[in-house]
Amino acid sequence: MQDYFYVLADFIDQQLQNDEVYLCELIAEQSDFIRFNKGKVRQPSSVEQRYLEIDLIKGQRHTRGQLALSGNTSSDYEQVKDLLSALRDQLRDSPEDPYLLYATEVQSTESINLNPLPEPEEALTITEAIQGHDFVGLYAAGGLFTGFANSLGQRNWHSHHSFNLDWSFYHDTDKAVKSAYAGFKWEQATFQERITQSLAQLEWMKQSPRTIEPGQYRVYLAPTALYDIINLLGWGGFGLKAQRTKDSPLLRMLEEPAQHLHPSINLIENTAKGLAPGFQSEGFIKPAQVPLITSGVYKSALISPRSAKEYKVETNGANEDESPNSLDLAPGDLQQDQILKALDTGIYINNLWYLNYSDRAACRITGMTRFASFWVENGEIKAPLNVMRFDETLYNMLGKKLIALTAERAFLMETDTYEVRSTGSTRLPGALIDGFTFTL
Amino acid sequence: MKNEKLIKQRFKQVMPQVEFCSLRYVEERSEELQVRQNIAEPPTSKRDRGLMITVIERGGLGYAATSDFSVEGLRHAISRAKRWAESSREKTITDFSKIAMPHAQGEYASVVEKPWDSVSLADKLDLLHRESAQCQLNDKILDWQASLESVQTEQLYLTNQGGEIRQSHEYLMPSVGVTANQGVETQYRSFGALGYGWQGGLEILERTGFVGQGHKVAEEALQLLAATVCPDQKMDLMLVPDQMILQIHESIGHPIELDRILGDERNYAGTSFVTLDMFGHYQYGSPLLNVTFDPTISTELASYGFDDEGLPAEKTYLIREGILVRPLGGTVSQARAGLAGVANARASSWNRPPIDRMANLNVEPGESRFEDMIRSIERGIMMKTNLSWSIDDSRNKFQFGCEWGQLIENGVLTQVVKNPNYRGISATFWRNLKQVGNADTLEVFGLPNCGKGEPNQTIRVSHASPTCVFSDVDVFGGV
Repeated sequence: MQDYFYVLADFIDQQLQNDEVYLCELIAEQSDFIRFNKGKVRQPSSVEQRYLEIDLIKGQRHTRGQLALSGNTSSDYEQVKDLLSALRDQLRDSPEDPYLLYATEVQSTESINLNPLPEPEEALTITEAIQGHDFVGLYAAGGLFTGFANSLGQRNWHSHHSFNLDWSFYHDTDKAVKSAYAGFKWEQATFQERITQSLAQLEWMKQSPRTIEPGQYRVYLAPTALYDIINLLGWGGFGLKAQRTKDSPLLRMLEEPAQHLHPSINLIENTAKGLAPGFQSEGFIKPAQVPLITSGVYKSALISPRSAKEYKVETNGANEDESPNSLDLAPGDLQQDQILKALDTGIYINNLWYLNYSDRAACRITGMTRFASFWVENGEIKAPLNVMRFDETLYNMLGKKLIALTAERAFLMETDTYEVRSTGSTRLPGALIDGFTFTL
Repeated sequence: MKNEKLIKQRFKQVMPQVEFCSLRYVEERSEELQVRQNIAEPPTSKRDRGLMITVIERGGLGYAATSDFSVEGLRHAISRAKRWAESSREKTITDFSKIAMPHAQGEYASVVEKPWDSVSLADKLDLLHRESAQCQLNDKILDWQASLESVQTEQLYLTNQGGEIRQSHEYLMPSVGVTANQGVETQYRSFGALGYGWQGGLEILERTGFVGQGHKVAEEALQLLAATVCPDQKMDLMLVPDQMILQIHESIGHPIELDRILGDERNYAGTSFVTLDMFGHYQYGSPLLNVTFDPTISTELASYGFDDEGLPAEKTYLIREGILVRPLGGTVSQARAGLAGVANARASSWNRPPIDRMANLNVEPGESRFEDMIRSIERGIMMKTNLSWSIDDSRNKFQFGCEWGQLIENGVLTQVVKNPNYRGISATFWRNLKQVGNADTLEVFGLPNCGKGEPNQTIRVSHASPTCVFSDVDVFGGV
């Protein structure tokens, strides 16, 4: 795939006219997906796709086009020529773009991690390990490929083969536990161990569920639950454009008198320890880390090249939408074996669901509990919880009502497969919070 | 369709000897234009094309998608789909060989009066510049943008027993959005910012009143900035069509999708409070509630002749006089559940298999005039334009927020309020439907980005709805 992309890039080089410049990005995958329901196979599929985006630039004018490529160089040459011709036509009517910015310092990079993954027949043996159980979920596996090239001679490549099995075991109606096994090399023993752990947790879901009244409760958010909150903040929370247009949900951390989070909150975009490419579509290389919140105080933003030009600051290689890909929340000191004792009486929440802002400017967030959430009394799990809606501000959750973060952190590989399999990941601890508001 | 002859010829050439095989070829071209703060952003275009092979053999099922439609590429995809079908045999959730897959023939094409390409890029950018230029009414308006997106698709569906369906669609997604700020208060007002869409060409702009929206939403954003916060109170709630579409979508559409009821979505999009035994008698809403699956309204985003498994689509009542009568389920789900459904097995593109999706899911108009509905409300609120949405995995406990709220006091629309939200439970909310507007209040809105499925898929759906009034709803404001 890498050779194919570089050959295409060389071809684009040859097609340029006069003082044209191009930037191009390849996003491709060769994936197997197996969808399960009730321990059986619902839909098994394979997908091979290659998308090439070209940004054709002449002076300050530019226009972008994306193509689905076939993988056959000769037919793809024709498609690329057609696209360049269409982009050239559009350039004539496109006004100058004052915020155009692309990398002019050539920095080529390469990151390759290719491992053998299970063949379809091997992957389908998952059904043997979960026989007799109501297992539902998705196995997604295969190669993910991202490349960048420009007419200045820069070439960047990032590829890895990975798998992500994301599943739930159901007891009844909505009573279930959710687990995942993701990585680069499938190990049957590790998979079997995860299944055993997951089934052990399912036993708790077989008890009579508890319904609680709306009100404020002490809660423990496992890393998988806290992930949903941190992930929502990525929707406009850290980008420079959202900050400058006052559209950021973290607005009240930025405006005087500024609100802050708990001093133990240290959040960085940690590209060096994530799985996403270290380059972006204008050719800038991302720094290893960008500190976003330090000791509870807003530190810096993710800045795309476009925002950098608009707001006259330096870019830090953020993607166009200025959303994070590799968030990293620092650990605290609450030991894993002390969580229930520290929670005492309250709710242990493994997963949250369908979060959104009920007052964006105040960073007030609503959402639901889902999957394995438990009522805990005097440090002991008593019963699974019927789903509850919460509605709470970030400044309470991770601010004045935060009691502790766990010392142990989880590394979560995103399961998102909209259009392409995600390369996003998050590393974070769990959080113990007092007076968490439930409304329905 | 440029590649039709080639694809038909090649499919015939490489067709495998299996019980069922289909080829679904999709070609999609799109273009997006945006003017932000009076500056045109670079035009973006996409050309996507590829095909999905489906094979059913001896009970097993397999799919393989490729963008390589050379003979060799097709052979490879067929081989991969066959391999899945063979290796999944006796491991599948149902015996797929027992399902009678359609082999229909037919055509569908969008009604387009003014094609996207009939207007030059410069003229389209001029239109957006004019809307953008109306937005900055004062320095409290910090950001604004106007955009147009056009999508044109062509699809060819072939089966190994002579099925042959050609469908072409053109869609338009216009939007204008304005952000106003003062200190720690930010308000947002838009025309279609979360995605409006219609089937058709640029004539949609005139029909939907796009011209002038820049000034209108900017004025309303400033009004919201100066408004008081929505009160916390139980009251009557009037939802106009551009919020009704979200209410229908989340608390009727998703709960009655048959694949959710059958459990396919439980690991991701969720299950449903609706169960198979409810169809035919369950009181979903008040007797005023009539809901249809209607693929025949030409401007709705999901009007089509056939679904992506070749089943012919026709208007069907799903809820009649408040009683749940039929689910949203395509050929495979119908066979699994033993229930009649509709033609709604749809895929987001060539690279995903079809699943049960909403299409055009509409609330049929009632008898009430808008003015009479307002006059009948002693204490209530009218809400417009969805801003926030959240609902549990059984599609029951919901909370929705809107851009715009306006109190109704003693039969009169009074002050504007900001950050209006409401919450409820689907299973009881629709039974509190107390007035349904007449056809004069009915509007069509498309949602271009409904997400669901594993692997994930976003798809275009649409809802037509009159204005409706619900009683005793928990309404509240922001912090």
